Amino acid sequence: MEISDAYAVQMRGITKTFGSFRALDHVDLDVKKGTIHALLGENGAGKSTLMNILYGFYKADGGDIYLNGRKVRIKDPNTAIKHGIGMVHQHFMLVENFTVMQNVILGSEVTNRLGVIDNKKAREKVMGIVEQYGFSVDPDAKIEDISVGMQQRVEILKALYRGVDILILDEPTAVLTPQEIEDLIGIMHNLVKNGKTIILITHKLKEIRQSSDVCTIIRRGKLIDTVNPQKVDEETLAEKMVGHSVKLIVDKTPAQPGETVFEIDNLSVKDRRGLEAVNGLSLKVHKGEILGIAGVDGNGQEELVEAVMCLAKAENGTIKINGNEIQNTTPANAVKNKISTIPEDRQRRGLVMNFSCEQNMILEKYNQPPFSKKGILRNGEVRKYTSELIADYDIRPSGCEAMPARGLSGGNQQKLIIAREISNDPDLLIAVQPTRGLDVGAIEYVHKMLVRERDKGKAILLISLELDEVMSLSDTIAVIYGGKIAGTFKQGQADEKTIGLLMAGGEQNAVNS
Amino acid sequence: MQLTAKILKKPITSALISVVFGFLVAAVVLSAAGYNPWQAFGALFSGMFAKPKYFSNVIIKATPIILTGLSVAFAFKTSLFNIGAEGQYIFAAMVVTLLGMKLNMPAVLQIPVLVLAGIAAGGIWGGIVGILKAKYGIHEVITSIMLNWIALYLSNYVVNLQAFHQPNSTGTYPINTSGYVMLLPTWKYSDSGKAFLKRIPWLKEVMLKTDVNFGILVAVLMAVLMWFVLYRTTKGFEMRAVGLNRDAAEFVGINVNRSLLESMVISGALSGLAAAMSVMGMAPHNISTLAAFENNGFNGLSVAFIAGGSPVGCIFAGLLFGGFLYGGKNVQSEIGAPSEIIDIMIGTIVFFVALSTVISKIADRLAKGDASHA
Repeated sequence: MEISDAYAVQMRGITKTFGSFRALDHVDLDVKKGTIHALLGENGAGKSTLMNILYGFYKADGGDIYLNGRKVRIKDPNTAIKHGIGMVHQHFMLVENFTVMQNVILGSEVTNRLGVIDNKKAREKVMGIVEQYGFSVDPDAKIEDISVGMQQRVEILKALYRGVDILILDEPTAVLTPQEIEDLIGIMHNLVKNGKTIILITHKLKEIRQSSDVCTIIRRGKLIDTVNPQKVDEETLAEKMVGHSVKLIVDKTPAQPGETVFEIDNLSVKDRRGLEAVNGLSLKVHKGEILGIAGVDGNGQEELVEAVMCLAKAENGTIKINGNEIQNTTPANAVKNKISTIPEDRQRRGLVMNFSCEQNMILEKYNQPPFSKKGILRNGEVRKYTSELIADYDIRPSGCEAMPARGLSGGNQQKLIIAREISNDPDLLIAVQPTRGLDVGAIEYVHKMLVRERDKGKAILLISLELDEVMSLSDTIAVIYGGKIAGTFKQGQADEKTIGLLMAGGEQNAVNS
Repeated sequence: MQLTAKILKKPITSALISVVFGFLVAAVVLSAAGYNPWQAFGALFSGMFAKPKYFSNVIIKATPIILTGLSVAFAFKTSLFNIGAEGQYIFAAMVVTLLGMKLNMPAVLQIPVLVLAGIAAGGIWGGIVGILKAKYGIHEVITSIMLNWIALYLSNYVVNLQAFHQPNSTGTYPINTSGYVMLLPTWKYSDSGKAFLKRIPWLKEVMLKTDVNFGILVAVLMAVLMWFVLYRTTKGFEMRAVGLNRDAAEFVGINVNRSLLESMVISGALSGLAAAMSVMGMAPHNISTLAAFENNGFNGLSVAFIAGGSPVGCIFAGLLFGGFLYGGKNVQSEIGAPSEIIDIMIGTIVFFVALSTVISKIADRLAKGDASHA
């Protein structure tokens, strides 16, 4: 394709290596003005690296960048912003106890002659953008008080306030609810209508088809294809992304639920601010069943898990596993009662990042035989056990036993946790957001593992913010809202709309549970 | 270049580079003050190595700070900052002195009892910090600083109690000789001992002119033991897990509070052992009124820091420190340069150790630059 000013961004032959690893290998990219251009690829495929080069975070080892047909050198993010490129990262960079307004103007404040911030002018400018693009945000709300979806809008607002024409969104929907995703797509279309260009980094196929005009697929640092997402189906996109065919639908037989293993009755738990985050919640999980909890973030999921793991106090109610009450005991007791948890935040709760893989593998078992004897660790046994699990669960790179966990990719860190938790042979396996941030291949794997454990007769409690995941994986779906179960359905009994309505706090009229 | 980067990344490299910078800065300061740095450094090293007794004294001087270094390093490995080694040392020294003075058992009993008393006293003083942290979440730095002062004044009060105070002195009575841990303390002054030592002049000098004691062996043993506990036992595994990621340790069922407490007790016990070795191993075998901290504990902080928390590293860092402290006196007596120069040098070394992240950043840049040329 020729270099032309019809394109907002053109990248030619971009190459980047990290040590001996080639992250990008002569990648070309052409983004037409006024379009939404999706960059699709697995984790580590190089899509974020490519955009970080465009945004001036990384320096390419080779290749050229053209903006509006003119060759440019972008040496740092400030240069990028000057050229009209803005980027919204996956992790927001906002000051929690500042207001929306303060965050937007932070770093490029409008000041009067004395150097004092001119709040009136700043507000006019910000509100102008808010109205132009149809954002509904309260400029005086503090960041800590608004939802994640709102915070994301503030990030976009920040970029627009700095006058960017090209907006890069890095995995913007990872933390959003279905409704928020729809709103975001609406905003994106609005921006494009107003002449902006958007580059969307994602690995979610459905959204690409809903939002984008063009989709470029990158695999292992190489450009694979550029397609019109409206004209190809999701399976094809997935196949191009991972390099082999993938099953997008969870493959499982109907559940054969047995007796009740795990039972929560009328549980109440307070959050850190002292509010009742879990408020009279009851549920039952049977042997050989996956119970999925669907809900918008912040409706008590976190506190529920903490109470089950005895990390938070149950103000009221009981938590029973195999008939034993465990509420308000210790995490060690929960583990002893055969509850294993794949935690939501794998780096904070799941792994000791500076421990080696083998040390992480025995994090719950270090004081059991054969891993230790009379208080002395038996490294040979630990190594043998870890090597077996690394092979069984295909944790890569192979031979990573002594490597620190932080050296693994996100997907492999998750595999490590899954291997550890499943090998505890639990009666109840709790999986919280088990596929968060993983790519299609890894997601398929995690889902397969959970179904396999179900088929072995385990009780599985799945808590996920991804409605698709809950709906396709669960045998029973429970919707959590305001710390209570708002409705329970067998798989296939309710559609996305019904569940979505309950997730948003709608009344459960004419819904049988 | 990759190799250079790799070498630069090793913690020992940054420690050595810091030592070199310490000397450089000291040289500048000395020149500015009108002294010849080469002469001063010569005096420093001859003060450390010129005579066997000097070297012996360096080791004796290093013993307690190796142990307090281990104390701080142990806490550090479990993410606790034990700034209270000083207080633990003072409190334990007091307990050991009082017991050693009042008890007079045969050496086979007296010595273990006093050593255990020192360990227990230090452990208790550290344990108080641990309990306050585990139970009430009070930061260990605050409580241990307070406990340092409490120990200092408590010790001064006890020193001046009639029951313990030696008249016409600033200190207490010394402990009974059955509690001494010098190498053959009576034999070396006996006739047969003197006759034997006469034949080996250096040994004679070391034995008769310095308080050669078992402390250094204890210190080395403790370093090995500490390494073993941290890296080979389930307790150490627990403590390191808590140190590296408290949230994850908590989640998998490790009792975080108990682990914190245990870690502080062990850390305090090591400082207590340091005190016991000092009181029992070298003159004057008593405690005196302290006008200020003696820095046995605070020097341990620097030792642990230079060693990067490594138990074996503490031995070498402790010896280096002991050398500076002892040899530094010679700088003053020989060329008249103030011994504060040595303190500046030590300060500079610690300062550059603190900057060692800069060195690893340089290493990263080297590695990166190399990769982009490939």
